[in-house]
Amino acid sequence: MAVIQTPNGYTLDNSGQRVVVDPVTRIEGHMRCEVNLDENNVIRNAVSTGTMWRGLEVILKGRDPRDAWAFVERICGVCTGCHALTSVRAVEDALGIKIPHNAHLIREMMAKTLQVHDHVVHFYHLHALDWVNPVNALKADPKQTSKLQHIVSPHHPMSSPGYFRDIQTRIKKFVESGQLGPFKNGYWDNPAYKMPPEADLMAVAHYLEALDLQKEFVKLHTVFGGKNPHPNYLVGGVPCAINMDGDMSAGAPLNMERLNFVLARIQEMVDFNKNVYVPDVIAIASFYKNQLWGGGLGALNIMDYGAYPKVPYDKSTDQLPGGVILNGNWDEVLPVDPRDPEQVQEFVTHSWYSYPDEAKGLHPWDGITEPNYELGANAKGTPTNIEELDEAAKYSWIKSPRWRGNAVEVGPLSRYVLAYAQGVEYVQEQVNRSLAAFNGLAGTNLDAKTALNSTIGRTLARALESEYCADMMVDDWNQLISNIKNGDTATANMEKWDPSTWPKEAKGVGTAAAPRGALGHWIRIKDGKIENYQCVVPTTWNGSPRDPAGNIGAFEASLMNTPVERANEPVEILRTLHSFDPCLACSTHVMSEDGEELANVKVR
Amino acid sequence: MVETFYEVMRRQGISRRSFLKYCSLTAAALGLGPEFAGKIAHAMETKPRIPILWLHGLECTCCSESFIRSAHPLAKDVILSMVSLDYDDTIMAAAGTQAEAIIEETIEKYDGNFILAVEGNPPLNQDGMSCIIAGKPFVEQLKHVADHCKAIISWGSCASYGCVQAARPNPTRATPVHKVIHDKPIIKVPGCPPIAEVMTAVVTYILTFERFPELDRQGRPKMFYSQRIHDKCYRRPHFDAGQFVESFDDEGARKGYCLYKVGCKGPTTYNACSTIRWNEGTSFPIQAGHGCIGCSEDGFWDKGSWYARLTDIHEFGIEGNADNVGGTAAAVVGAGIAAHAAVSAVKRAQRKGD
Repeated sequence: MAVIQTPNGYTLDNSGQRVVVDPVTRIEGHMRCEVNLDENNVIRNAVSTGTMWRGLEVILKGRDPRDAWAFVERICGVCTGCHALTSVRAVEDALGIKIPHNAHLIREMMAKTLQVHDHVVHFYHLHALDWVNPVNALKADPKQTSKLQHIVSPHHPMSSPGYFRDIQTRIKKFVESGQLGPFKNGYWDNPAYKMPPEADLMAVAHYLEALDLQKEFVKLHTVFGGKNPHPNYLVGGVPCAINMDGDMSAGAPLNMERLNFVLARIQEMVDFNKNVYVPDVIAIASFYKNQLWGGGLGALNIMDYGAYPKVPYDKSTDQLPGGVILNGNWDEVLPVDPRDPEQVQEFVTHSWYSYPDEAKGLHPWDGITEPNYELGANAKGTPTNIEELDEAAKYSWIKSPRWRGNAVEVGPLSRYVLAYAQGVEYVQEQVNRSLAAFNGLAGTNLDAKTALNSTIGRTLARALESEYCADMMVDDWNQLISNIKNGDTATANMEKWDPSTWPKEAKGVGTAAAPRGALGHWIRIKDGKIENYQCVVPTTWNGSPRDPAGNIGAFEASLMNTPVERANEPVEILRTLHSFDPCLACSTHVMSEDGEELANVKVR
Repeated sequence: MVETFYEVMRRQGISRRSFLKYCSLTAAALGLGPEFAGKIAHAMETKPRIPILWLHGLECTCCSESFIRSAHPLAKDVILSMVSLDYDDTIMAAAGTQAEAIIEETIEKYDGNFILAVEGNPPLNQDGMSCIIAGKPFVEQLKHVADHCKAIISWGSCASYGCVQAARPNPTRATPVHKVIHDKPIIKVPGCPPIAEVMTAVVTYILTFERFPELDRQGRPKMFYSQRIHDKCYRRPHFDAGQFVESFDDEGARKGYCLYKVGCKGPTTYNACSTIRWNEGTSFPIQAGHGCIGCSEDGFWDKGSWYARLTDIHEFGIEGNADNVGGTAAAVVGAGIAAHAAVSAVKRAQRKGD
């Protein structure tokens, strides 16, 4: 290959300098990325590779469907709980179980808390170092930082010059110790960092504030699910029974004190989003107004199943409605149905698995996976010491899911474009308000489609979703209290708990808005046991390798045509990949049919 | 120049008074008497920040997520003031070659004097290539770093026992650290994940006393893993009184009765959940209404459903009698289980040699 046109509109040229980034750090799991640069250091070909595989779904085969949530929850400890939620939904769908309204509200609050927690930790602790230079923060004048803080967010209480001076002193001493810890070997003199020292110092302060506060947010999970990471779930509802009054209320899972505790955590999330997270993203983005690349499929080819129904089981009341948008046509939102065998399909032509017929995709209910680790003829190195991959052959542990054959991006940006396009007022107001703030700070006049279809847009949408989720939780909490006032304290429907009440065979699907995008679990149950279990997760969509038609996935598309400052320092590559918040343990856990001899290592 | 904790903390603007307060809090968190505060202070005044290389194999990153939840000490204080976390691909700024270079630099500078922390485990099937770091099998990176470290912390159930990816049929042959590394001291801190404050307490203990805490036969620190959840469970009186949750969201569930009959593995699980509790002591699974699933025990994934009563387990068979009585009056069941619980407690006490 020298130059290839992909059906989804990209021109790939792998003739220039090949740059390998392995491991890609500040992500969940293990990932590799290779790109080719032209003579001007612009990315002209991108290769995204999932470099781990755990085989969880084969492990589930033959087990009790009521236990599945805990296994799949361990797919990921970062987006902890979202796989468990999707799993209990899939099982309940298969068995025809409807959960009580209170259980729905509690699950909603747990899911939204995860969104806030995951998005905050992603932005400050995984993504910020792509934008923020902590070493540069040492040059800041704390008084100027304080002034900046008042402009960016007048309501944030921690804003005095003394506060910023103390933090600067701490960082200074840390840097001077010569033991840089996690900041060691960073790219701190790379010109890709654009912020003035004052902004860097403000962001470093918030890195530390967010680290302290994130542990508070998750306590909502601890009340409802007993622990975090990995809170407990239950098929049929939630395990936390309600006892508001009378005998032994104090030892019950939920009572007035517990619910007050939850409300206090929700309020912390609301405040942090409004006063710190959203303003920070807008402010940081304004310093990168000339780096509006990285959009790829971002605001153009997108999918989500829809989430957060106001009325349980009524998708028409989704507060983030789903659908599909193709080719940037925001005027037409196509309906998505995870049960339709023609819609969601997974391909493996470029994945380390084999199908009987690899030209075809398979719907997850009928998914098969036969691992087949092999490098292409043009790969460099050996099977256990890869120097360069051959993307014309198989090159990733991730499969390639497609929607009616289209490569689509999933994630907060997809959900936000879908909600914006479908007229969700809260979202439109948020987008318009933050865009106005960005344009004001940056002196630009960008419209929503231009601004959102970028690395920055992806990062902004995540912050806005976090804000929305925190606000929605207040409603959920109030509704829960209202139900209890009206005498409804039910938290679990145990009518079909006993497997003897189940049909001989059943199949179901569960979906959720995972922090990284559309998540679906498909289950087949036979004789009370799991017959087949398949997960198609956000990073499988986004990080997918090429499909048989040659369409590139969202990670690869987003890197295309990005100029990089220095070929040997992957700042821009990391920045755009991180804007997806990749989760590789999620994406690469598919199963084999028999679970025995699972791979042949060979070089063609 | 290598600095001590104390010097670093002082230079970071922490007063001596705050430093001493921190030391006494640490002593309390470790379950030590106030007289140990002075010892800790002395240790911190004289010891350098030790480098940690934190490697990730097949895993879900829940251990790292738990670690950053630590409230005492705060994760930021551990990272900025106590250790030098030189490699941890989840949070480190560098990637690719710049990240891998840190490993060699650390080995060169601190050969035999750094701690290796392992989260996750190496798979051995697929020639190790179902977990690839820098183009090579993770197990190679693990063995290389282990060769040069002083000691190893196996974080969580993955590194300690194999955890979920090693559940039957273990398709990738995910293998715990101690079955790959044989010549270094290893401390296991199991749990899926371990409790945040247990993780930081183990680190603080090692730094303070310059030794591993006392370990049991399996290599777990006795200070956190010598008691079953059941032994200190706040619902234990209901077990003894024969008051049980029969079904989720029943009257017993609302009164906080014992979850044994809906599958709680507290009676066979060694961990500190019922004492230290989770997320700064906020709650723990049983308090939130779900039985313990036994996530800190070896092979817990293959020991039966979360909702199957422990009567199914051979060594706990004595309660099988109580279960059989289940068809008769509830009061009789309660009395029966209480009686048998007492018997089994005695039997366990006799058996307990570890």
